[in-house]
Amino acid sequence: MSIQPKTLFDKIWDKHVVCQPAGQPALLYIDLHLIHEVTSPQAFEGLRTAGRKLRRPDRTFATMDHDVPTDPRPFKILDREAEQQLSALATNCHDFGVPLFDLDSPEQGIVHVIGPELGLTQPGMTIVCGDSHTSTHGALGALAFGIGTSEVEHVFATQCLWQSRPRTLRLDISGRLPAGTTSKDLILHIIGRIGTAGATGAVIEYAGEAIRALSMEERLTVCNMSIEAGARAGMIAPDQVTVDYLRGRRFAPAGADFERAAQGWLALASDPGASYDQEIRFQGGDVAPQVTWGTNPGMVAPVDGVVPDPATISDPGARHAAERALVYMDLRPGTPMVKIAIDRVFIGSCTNARLEDLDRAAAVVRGRHVAAGVRAMVVPGSRQVRREAEARGLDRIFREAGFEWREPGCSMCLGMNPDILQPGERCASTSNRNFEGRQGAGGRTHLVSPAMAAAAACAGHFTDIREW
Amino acid sequence: MQKWTTLTGNVMPLDRANVDTDQIIPKQFLKTIGRVGMGRGLFFDWRHDPAFVLNQPQYRGAQILVAGDNFGCGSSREHAVWALADFGFRCVVAPSYSDIFYNNCSKNGLLAVRLPEAELQPLFAAATLTVDLVAQTVTHQGRAIPFEIDPFRKQCLLEGWDDIALTLLHDDDIAAYETALAARR
Repeated sequence: MSIQPKTLFDKIWDKHVVCQPAGQPALLYIDLHLIHEVTSPQAFEGLRTAGRKLRRPDRTFATMDHDVPTDPRPFKILDREAEQQLSALATNCHDFGVPLFDLDSPEQGIVHVIGPELGLTQPGMTIVCGDSHTSTHGALGALAFGIGTSEVEHVFATQCLWQSRPRTLRLDISGRLPAGTTSKDLILHIIGRIGTAGATGAVIEYAGEAIRALSMEERLTVCNMSIEAGARAGMIAPDQVTVDYLRGRRFAPAGADFERAAQGWLALASDPGASYDQEIRFQGGDVAPQVTWGTNPGMVAPVDGVVPDPATISDPGARHAAERALVYMDLRPGTPMVKIAIDRVFIGSCTNARLEDLDRAAAVVRGRHVAAGVRAMVVPGSRQVRREAEARGLDRIFREAGFEWREPGCSMCLGMNPDILQPGERCASTSNRNFEGRQGAGGRTHLVSPAMAAAAACAGHFTDIREW
Repeated sequence: MQKWTTLTGNVMPLDRANVDTDQIIPKQFLKTIGRVGMGRGLFFDWRHDPAFVLNQPQYRGAQILVAGDNFGCGSSREHAVWALADFGFRCVVAPSYSDIFYNNCSKNGLLAVRLPEAELQPLFAAATLTVDLVAQTVTHQGRAIPFEIDPFRKQCLLEGWDDIALTLLHDDDIAAYETALAARR
């Protein structure tokens, strides 16, 4: 009997279909539901109004991240609306029996940092969260995607979602990334090539030698920005890196259960000969350190390149968008990327605020100092990351170099807390979105890797980390 | 949820690609625990520009937004849909949408119509359009342009269904799945 080879995605999807009535999407079971303060209050309110129960509080975990100030704790939250949203989450979690990692918890942090870190995220799971960067968790071989608040309420009430089967897209990255380039550069390079809608409607599987060679934290960065290519989700097949990462984590299985689970995880890898709706190949060796110049993550150039000239873009819509972006960013065509001076540096976010990210940045700044006129901050992704970094002395390296060493939260990734850019300020940021006003109205964001951000902080302008 | 059948309404054109949900409603309007009154935050940063379409008197009261490719990309914030609906929009017509935004629309009775780029271009100049969900057409100056929509999504919009109630009809299936799941461990 021949068995149809399956992809990683197929295996997870097929195991989670509760039912599929004729003419309808599949009703998909959700193993893990992560929530935070911003996209959950209306969903809890919906449950209350309808008199419904939260079906599986044991499969639901909450943290506080988006609104949280990153000042030394304890602090009083001065923003009344943020305070109200955070206390609403505490009340809702209490009333519905949902475990909450609040500001006093040693596990608190950005939802997409703590899920993997605590071992809540496991291979083969379906994971959702009212946040587009839920794609991050796919790095462990889970099917993880962002949902809106109505769907959050739906999962609360039913632990399921109606889902149409997405198309599958395999991105094969052969070879190795050159020295000085990181997985952040890889994903920016990919988005620059396929565009911000290049993977719309698709679940991406990242594969190939360059992906296999990445650490788990580097993989999390790649999958995190799948949404910036428009993808529904991004995932990477579990391998020994995945197993080693999860061993000993708080919510991961222990002892013999772990070994049994690990066998199951490794079996999730796509079968040889499994077919995808689309495949695109990249060469790892082609990737250079990247810097975005525009107002979406696809507007990106190698650091040794220049700001592009919109006049050379043939598609009228894309040309117009590039012209608008350059006006907003106050950049001239032909300017070398390394000549762009910056005012602020943000090292943080669910994309790049894990221990390895901070390690890389610290290695760059060790023995140097932030350039005059530049304000630079490091915001660890979680309290655990912060503790581990401090145990390695990274906080001292950053502080001595003139960086602010802050408490965990989403911080300046999205400007929902006191960490924002002032109008006209230009920032080298390790976050994921360079949209207009994302980091503060009128602020100008350039997305880079942690090492590139650290180097820009010391130089006062972008600089090629390969020559550092 | 308000039922959707057919609508003849005024058009507001927004001829830009990749309009992200940070532009549709910026972060300061997300710090709320309610969902009402979001319209005041719609395209907030762009409204400072007097020339922006939302400030043009001829588009006042528009119920149909005609927009560019990859509309609603970025953040999952459903507030973007709440803002559009609260402002008075009942329909968006664009070549493509981000997946999450598209799903959020149908949960709130906002019809998101996908039309091919070539069919869409002339609609930026339209004053009014008729959108018929039953027939799956957008009619401009007497010419009906067909559009595709998933039959289940269409039915939910036509009936104004509360899809949680609908899912709970499958409660036995979910319970059986959970029993099997517990046994697998």
